[in-house]
This record gives sequence, structure tokens and C-alpha cells, in this order.
Amino acid sequence: MFSERVQPENVEFDVHTDEMLINMGPQHPSTHGVLRLVLRTDGEIVTEVTPHIGYLHRCVEKIGENLTPRQFLPYTDRLDYLAGMNMNLGWALTVEKLLGLKVSEKTRHLRVIVAELSRIASHLVAACCYGLDLGSFTPFMWAFRERELILNLFEDLCGTRLTYSYITVGGVTDDLPAGWLQKCATFLDQFEPVIDEFHAVLTSNAVFIRRTAGIGVLSPTMALDYGCTGPVLRGSGVDWDLRRDGEPFCTEMYEDYTYQVIAETDGKYPQDHPYPPVPPAARLGDCWHRFYVRMLEVVQSAFLVRQAMEKYAQAGGKVDEPFPLKKKLPKGEAYLETEAPKGQMGFMIISDGSPVPYRVRVRSSSFCNLSVTSELCRGVLVADVPAIVGSLDLVLGEIDR
Amino acid sequence: MNAQSIHARLSRPFRPWLVAGDFEAIDPWIEVKREGLPDIARYLRDQRDLWFDLLHCITGVDHFEPDQQKAAQMERPPHIELIYHLSSTTHRHRLALKTRVPRFLEEEPSRLPEVSSVSSVWSAAEWHEREVFDLCGVFFLNHPDMRRILCPEDWVGHPLRRDYRLPAEYHGIQSR
Repeated sequence: MFSERVQPENVEFDVHTDEMLINMGPQHPSTHGVLRLVLRTDGEIVTEVTPHIGYLHRCVEKIGENLTPRQFLPYTDRLDYLAGMNMNLGWALTVEKLLGLKVSEKTRHLRVIVAELSRIASHLVAACCYGLDLGSFTPFMWAFRERELILNLFEDLCGTRLTYSYITVGGVTDDLPAGWLQKCATFLDQFEPVIDEFHAVLTSNAVFIRRTAGIGVLSPTMALDYGCTGPVLRGSGVDWDLRRDGEPFCTEMYEDYTYQVIAETDGKYPQDHPYPPVPPAARLGDCWHRFYVRMLEVVQSAFLVRQAMEKYAQAGGKVDEPFPLKKKLPKGEAYLETEAPKGQMGFMIISDGSPVPYRVRVRSSSFCNLSVTSELCRGVLVADVPAIVGSLDLVLGEIDR
Repeated sequence: MNAQSIHARLSRPFRPWLVAGDFEAIDPWIEVKREGLPDIARYLRDQRDLWFDLLHCITGVDHFEPDQQKAAQMERPPHIELIYHLSSTTHRHRLALKTRVPRFLEEEPSRLPEVSSVSSVWSAAEWHEREVFDLCGVFFLNHPDMRRILCPEDWVGHPLRRDYRLPAEYHGIQSR
């Protein structure tokens, strides 16, 4: 009976394992917070993923209905706590849109400095925690070393390291302290050469490429259909960045700045750069591309900070004072999305003429980016699930609000 | 295309469903009847010159005043407004599409108002509609998975309703 040769692939088809439901989270290190995924598995293959969210729900929208816009500001930087500055900026610009307020040139450049530094810090965490998810510990420590320097800069600026509330409605809380620009320039000088090290240890790492290239491919159509934005959308090759393509209130901030929107169009990334090329196994829209987009955006952000520092130093006058704490708001409604590190962060304010908004709405970028998980994780291996979820760069504080 | 020309473009096939519009507002909007919502949504997405491929957000706003005296001064009768923020990445235009639903189905306080889902038009709506259902209490018909999303599944009430009262206890946890 052993003489009958059985083809291995035929044997595989005969084997049926029981379906199993596996809980991943809410306390799972690779979910970056309290995200619970229920996996339906058939052996090693995941047939269905159901995300369960809400563990960090803090009723932010309800709180917004009971506070004036400036009182609400400290709640915004607790949404995406890895990029508090960008959250503050989103809310501040939305209220300014309702008020029809334009900030001075000096304030504008100052905002660009801190918003882009915050983007660098956020992308560093995103890219290198991703390495950690896939079993590479070193880049994680390196990224946190660099991020620490940015947090030190922010601490000098406003006294806090994560929840800044620095950019406020109407302006910023205070001007830069003396000697800050010099410190910032010193940071950039030492940071820019370090980026090569991240590329050496992750981007061109054979293990990393095997874990990410061709995994979780998100087509541009599906990305738009699910409302994915930010690096997730650009990783699928859609050339769309609100700093350039957004509403005037968002794009005016970046007027006269030179930078590239990072997205692969016509089979190549926009600029010639010394970083590793796209590996042959990678497909547009996979985990590797999403990671790569973030790493290239870091360079653009550093470039933007340099420009902004120069423009800030040249701009005359003072930075703007914040909008009065309890002043009445004009009647009306305003919705604005800004390009936060995780994607398009939207705020909406509806006012009935009193100092407290009638309704506040927070549109979270990670919320939409997460909703595509169940599509991406259909039919992958169990080990690919953390790779896919990690590549979306989720922050649960923002998803659950 | 600005909101006014989009309105003109819609008025040919959908005139009976267009209710109002404000093209001078900070964010220009068009209000449609809720019966026409799925058809108009599909039309907005599929027409080559409109091509609204990105649904940003669905917002539910409860227009209701629990205080009797203040309620008398309200301009409009109590209702829930749904706002759909759309944009087109190809044509770079934006639109806020609004629709209005009653606060309760057939004036019965135990029954949630109903509106057709647009999740077959934009998949992004799937989670946004779940959130509106959870927090504002609007039921979306033909939705593939109409469950709560942020609150626990056995939560009572819809927290962003203006007359919402926090339950005194939840599984033995005192709320005050």
C-alpha cells in the first residue's frame, strides 16, 4: 500500500481542520493599543477578521458640546497622542474657518515648524514600531532615541511632551523661547544622516521585505472606497495630499513651500533619492509601500521644517494671541480636514451663536483606515495579520475618540 | 464644479427630491429628501463630471431642545440631520449633502427613524453609519451589519441625542 505514490498537494486538499475563532487583543502588543480582532481561522489561514473597537471611547464629541473651542483644545491632542500638534492644528483651523480668521505670517511659519516636527515624530514611531511588530528590535530603539529629541524640543516650547495644546484657536500659546531655532537646527543636522541607518536596517532588510512585500495589497480604488487617506492612500499610488490638494484653509498654510508629495506614480517615486529602491517582490499598495511612503515623507518634513525656520526668522511682527476663551461664536457650521500623519483628520463645528458649539464632530483618519482591515486580511496567514494591521499605523485614541 | 452647478446638474433628474441648498455658506450644502438619498448618492459617484469617489464623514446632528421654554424659540421642528461630506479626488470639488429624518419613527419614542444606507455606494459608509446608529440613534436600512460600534452592544440609549440621560448603572458599575 505504500507503493501508491500520493501527490503532496492532493493530500493537502483532503485535510480539513476545524474552524477556530481566535481573539487577538484587546491587550496585544502588536495592536498598538486596545484593539480587538476576532480571527476566524482554518489552520494557518485567516478566513475572516472582525475588528471590535470602542475600548478607549471617551465621549469626545459629547464633551465638545459642553466646552468652548479653546477649552476643548486639550481634548484634541489626546485623540492621536502620537501627533498632538497636528490634532491641535486641525481643530484650530476648523474654528478659524468658522470665524473667518487668518493668522499672521509669523504664526503660519511657526505652525509649519511644529506640525512637521510632530509628523516626523509620528512617522518614526509608525515605521519603527512596525519593525518591532515584525521582530526587529533595534530600529525601534533608534527611532525612540530620535523622537526623544523632538519631544525635548517640544518640552522647551510648551512644557509638555505629549499633550501640547500649543497651537490654539487664533494663534499659538506663546512665541518660541530664545535659542530654540538653534536647537532645532542642531537636531535636524544630526537627524538627517540617521535616516540612512533606518533604511539600512529595515527598508532593504531581507527578512523585513519577506514579511511585508506583496502582503496586504490595497488597490487605489478600494482605498478610496473605504475612505483611506494619508500614507495608506499614497502607498496605493494615489497622489493626494491635503497640504497641496485640500481646502484653501489648509493649503494656504503651505503656500510658498517646496516639497514633494510622496506617492508612486507611473512606476516611480517622485524624487531621486539615495534610499534603497523598491524590491522586486513589492507590489504597489502592499505593506512595504506604506512603510516606504512614511520613511520618504520624513525627509520631506525635515526639509519643510528647514524652510519654515528660515521663513519664520525673516517674518516680522509678533505671533498671534489666542482667541478669547469664552467669546461668542458666529452662527454657522464649518468642516475642515487637514493632513495629519495618520491621514486626513477632520473636525466639524456647528454653532448656534453661543460661545459653546452646538455639535462637534471628529472624523478620524485611523477609523477609516482600520475599516479596510477585514478586506485586507481575508485569506492571509495568521502571522500576516499583525503585519497588515501594523502597516496601517493605527492609534486607538483617535479611532475610539 | 461648485455647489450651485452641482445643484443645477442634479435638478434635472432629481428635482422632486431636492429640498434646499445654501451656496453662500462656509461649506456649501444641498439638502435632499431621504427617500432619494441612495439614488442621488449613486448618481454623484458614478457620473463622469461629478465623480465623488471619497466619502469623508457622516455626521448626525440632533436638533432638539429638552427645555420647554427654549424649545418654543427653536426655528425648526425637532429632527435629526445627517450630513455627508463628499469630495472628488479627480475633479477636486467638495460637497456637503444633507438629509433630514424625524427623531422617532411614526412619533413612537421606542422606534428609531430609518434611512437607506449608502454603504453599497461607498464602503466607508459602513462604519460611519454604524457610528451614527450607535451615538445618534438612526437606523440604516440595507446595511450589511447594523451593530453598535463604539458603545458596548448592550448599552441603552444613544448618547448624542439631546435628551439622553446616562444610565444610573451598567453591569453593577455606578455612573454617578
